[in-house]
Amino acid sequence: MNKPQPLLAIRGLTKQFGAVEVLKGVDLDLDQGDVVSIIGSSGSGKTTLLRCVNLLEEYQGGDIVLDGETIGYRSVNGRRHRLGDRALSRQRAMTGMVFQSFNLFPHLSAAGNVMLGLRKVLKLPKAEARAIAETWLARVGLAARADHYPSQLSGGQQQRVAIARALAMNPKLVLLDEVTSALDPELVQEVLNTVKGIAEDGATLLIVTHEMRFARDVSSRVVFMEQGRIHEEGPAAEIFGNPKSARLAEFLRNTRH
Amino acid sequence: MQAFLDQLWIARWPLWDGLLLTAGIAAAAIAFGTLLGGIVGVQLAYAPWWLRLPFRLYVDIMRGTPVLVLILAAFYIPAVAGLSLGPTEAGTLALTLFAGAHIGELLRGSLQAIPPGQAEAGRSIGLTFPQLLAYVLLPQAARSALPPWINTGVELIKGSSLLSIIGVGELLLRTQEVIGRTFMTIQFYIFAGIVYLVINIALDQLGKSLERRVGQH
Repeated sequence: MNKPQPLLAIRGLTKQFGAVEVLKGVDLDLDQGDVVSIIGSSGSGKTTLLRCVNLLEEYQGGDIVLDGETIGYRSVNGRRHRLGDRALSRQRAMTGMVFQSFNLFPHLSAAGNVMLGLRKVLKLPKAEARAIAETWLARVGLAARADHYPSQLSGGQQQRVAIARALAMNPKLVLLDEVTSALDPELVQEVLNTVKGIAEDGATLLIVTHEMRFARDVSSRVVFMEQGRIHEEGPAAEIFGNPKSARLAEFLRNTRH
Repeated sequence: MQAFLDQLWIARWPLWDGLLLTAGIAAAAIAFGTLLGGIVGVQLAYAPWWLRLPFRLYVDIMRGTPVLVLILAAFYIPAVAGLSLGPTEAGTLALTLFAGAHIGELLRGSLQAIPPGQAEAGRSIGLTFPQLLAYVLLPQAARSALPPWINTGVELIKGSSLLSIIGVGELLLRTQEVIGRTFMTIQFYIFAGIVYLVINIALDQLGKSLERRVGQH
């Protein structure tokens, strides 16, 4: 019992969309400061896994334990019940999520986007929220864009605001869902550099990505998902340099070119 | 022409009172109707089906019934039930119910047109559903609902003229009373028509300028 409990523990997670089984029993641990990338082909369930952790999806079996607290469901007499709005909201605030399509609030400025959660969820005074927002926007290189609206920002800038919005809430864990997939190729690098920066600052990251070189550079561990299961996992160098399973080797061959 | 202007001058106060009542009833109906429509729209967009059903029925009945019939119903049905509503109250009630249904339906459409990623982003920073509505969804829906909302206001100004048949002394009834005294039928109807037109064009322009102000981002 000397090993400290993991920050995030996913145990036997199963999920169905109707008759289709998307997750078939996923187990995954993340420790504080881990940077874990999930790779795999489309439909392997990696984005769904991330959305389950952020409680945006319901799941039928298994548990997700975040910092010692089982999230999303409570058990009464052996039956699972989805938690109510307030409890779910409180638990969602413990994780930050960055989406493929940015999802900035178009009616709020960059600073307004970052401040909304600080003001309404963490109930910080306006001046303090503004100061935190400015610090984070500066951290992602957008100090001069604080009062710009999303429509006045490039895709890469919008995604960096979204990263600031997620991190300003000081989440225990940050989920990144294909954060560069909707970007023009020349804007990808600025976002990846930002993610790399926050990883080096010690944030705990769970990343779904198609950028193999990035996954290799930034991750402490890489997880290969295939058909709703974790097919292979290990240190980045091993996964990319010395894949054990034929399926992973094939996947890597197909994505390199 | 001089004779008409003389009569118009004599009748200026009753006509002015009628105009004020028209504007007042329409303003009350849009205000109460917006409150009602806000509730209805949110229920139609997000409530489970069993809660949605009564709101859906209300909206479809109101939208499927001529405004004139609504006005007559609001005037006569409460009386049968032992409630005494004056014509002005009954008329305002009818127009409020009409506006609530229309605004509810257009708000539903605006809410459902918001990309689902907005709600997900709001949830992911930990907003509760009421907070999500207040700070993320309704501000965005309000923008796209603004033009049809102004249009509902125009419909209410026009619809308020129907209240003349239950004896509400609004602009049209006052005009008819003046015509009954002066027999200047065409002149006064044209005058009333121009007044309605001016109000509605002004409302339309107000809406356009609001749209420009909120539509910058």
